[in-house]
Amino acid sequence: MLINPDEILETIKMIEMENFDIRTVTMGINLKDCAHPDIEVVRENIYNKIIEYAGQLVETAQKMEVKYGVPIVNKRISVTPISIVAAACEESDYSSIAETLDQAAKKVGVDFIGGFSALVHKGHTKEERNLINSIPKALNKTDRVCSSVNVATTKAGINMDAVLEMGQIIKKTAELTADEGAIGCAKLVVFANVPEDNPFMAGAFHGIGEAEATINVGISGPGVIKNIVEDIPEVNFDELADRIKRTAFKITRMGELVGRGVSKELAIPFGIVDLSLAPTPAVGDSIANILENMGLEKCGTHGTTAALALLNDAVKKGGAMASAHVGGLSGAFIPVSEDQGMIEAVESGALDLNKLEAMTSVCSVGLDMIAIPGATSAETIAAIIADEMAIGTINQKTTAARIIPVPGKEVGDEVEFGGLLGRAPIMDINHFSSAKFVKRGGRIPAPLQALNN
Amino acid sequence: MELEDKNRIVITVLGEDKVGIVAKMTGVLAKYEANILDISQTLLQDLFAMIMLVDISKTKISFEELKEELQSAGQELQMKVMAQHEDVFRYMHRI
Repeated sequence: MLINPDEILETIKMIEMENFDIRTVTMGINLKDCAHPDIEVVRENIYNKIIEYAGQLVETAQKMEVKYGVPIVNKRISVTPISIVAAACEESDYSSIAETLDQAAKKVGVDFIGGFSALVHKGHTKEERNLINSIPKALNKTDRVCSSVNVATTKAGINMDAVLEMGQIIKKTAELTADEGAIGCAKLVVFANVPEDNPFMAGAFHGIGEAEATINVGISGPGVIKNIVEDIPEVNFDELADRIKRTAFKITRMGELVGRGVSKELAIPFGIVDLSLAPTPAVGDSIANILENMGLEKCGTHGTTAALALLNDAVKKGGAMASAHVGGLSGAFIPVSEDQGMIEAVESGALDLNKLEAMTSVCSVGLDMIAIPGATSAETIAAIIADEMAIGTINQKTTAARIIPVPGKEVGDEVEFGGLLGRAPIMDINHFSSAKFVKRGGRIPAPLQALNN
Repeated sequence: MELEDKNRIVITVLGEDKVGIVAKMTGVLAKYEANILDISQTLLQDLFAMIMLVDISKTKISFEELKEELQSAGQELQMKVMAQHEDVFRYMHRI
């Protein structure tokens, strides 16, 4: 036969039985040319440009779904950080721009739009301060807008003023969106070493080094890897890594094919494939389950960090071979609320915040979708962020914190977001104060790049 | 990686084995002038699987319409029908 039936059935099995899909096709759009002193003009420019560029995005992605028979779960847009686009504005409240982004996203039918963002790893400009102050209102007034702030890099160190500020902004966002379980915080992420071409939310924005417009793709596929690992319970680590690598190759290849298809159809250059294994709340589509199938009784027990390190490295090795351009976050995600296995691990007491923090040192993206008691202080949230930023800057990698202090909820409670965002058990935090530490102000210096032991 | 312009699709029919599957599917393909290049049968776990490689470059209807026709024919037999562009398999499994 011209095509091998085993290969065909393997693909069909992945899609039909193992939740394999393309997580997102994200179009990055440059909005720098939308700048104007009058914020109303900026809003109009932004709206028109998004409609012009992304008007056909959803339809084209759907066409590719039919052509290749693989679901594309989300279609998204990322834009130039709004702090840059709005820099010339006389108005200091940028939340109306978020509303415009929301309207444009709804008009073109995308699931999320990212880029209500600022990069302040070394210091704030006036417009970046304006943007950060606008975040709670912006996330309260919109449904599909995502926001991110980069507060640290390996080259600049950690901007601790911004870290403390983000602790306060997260609190304020939680309070404003309290009636929806603080969902605003699920759309707000704080980064170290943020990538400029990430297609995943909530951290996606269109970086200033990017082209006018690009198509980036985020793959999925924890369910596929889980089944592979389940099938080979007796093999040693060499063979285990090799099998994951080979599967990651195939998954990534599909992402590359779909991305190139959309790119060709829309005549917009193809950017990158993000190799991240992104879980969903669907049973079996779970990173925790992969680790458990490697031989851990529950995700979070001793050995979890090593298992995750192996998984993450094997996925990158397989994926790097499959795609011409790999970028974005490219690592396994361990969001608690979006991963049924993670939720169960937390509920059974196997996984706590400390172990999650350790796990983030060997994978992307960081402390992701962690619900904590609503009474947690802004200073404690800032300290959690600071720890995560330190792991990123010292290890020259991206890390992030997406922390949700749910008003009125305590340890033992649960918060439900629905859809891909899932549900999260409220996790316990350390009750000793970090307030004096995070209030010192200034920057934690950039780490030494040599003497690496 | 260049995308192929050839218009060849892979049709997979999945379900419990029964009389008339091949006749039904090939009937639909013949009606719309889709040319079968290759056909094979195998098992996926306990399910019967029929796989066809089909050239649709001279087909009178669009790929989407053909897919719907095949799927509704499949439904009558309680079989699941999937149709995908052949690129999927070429790129996923081969370097």
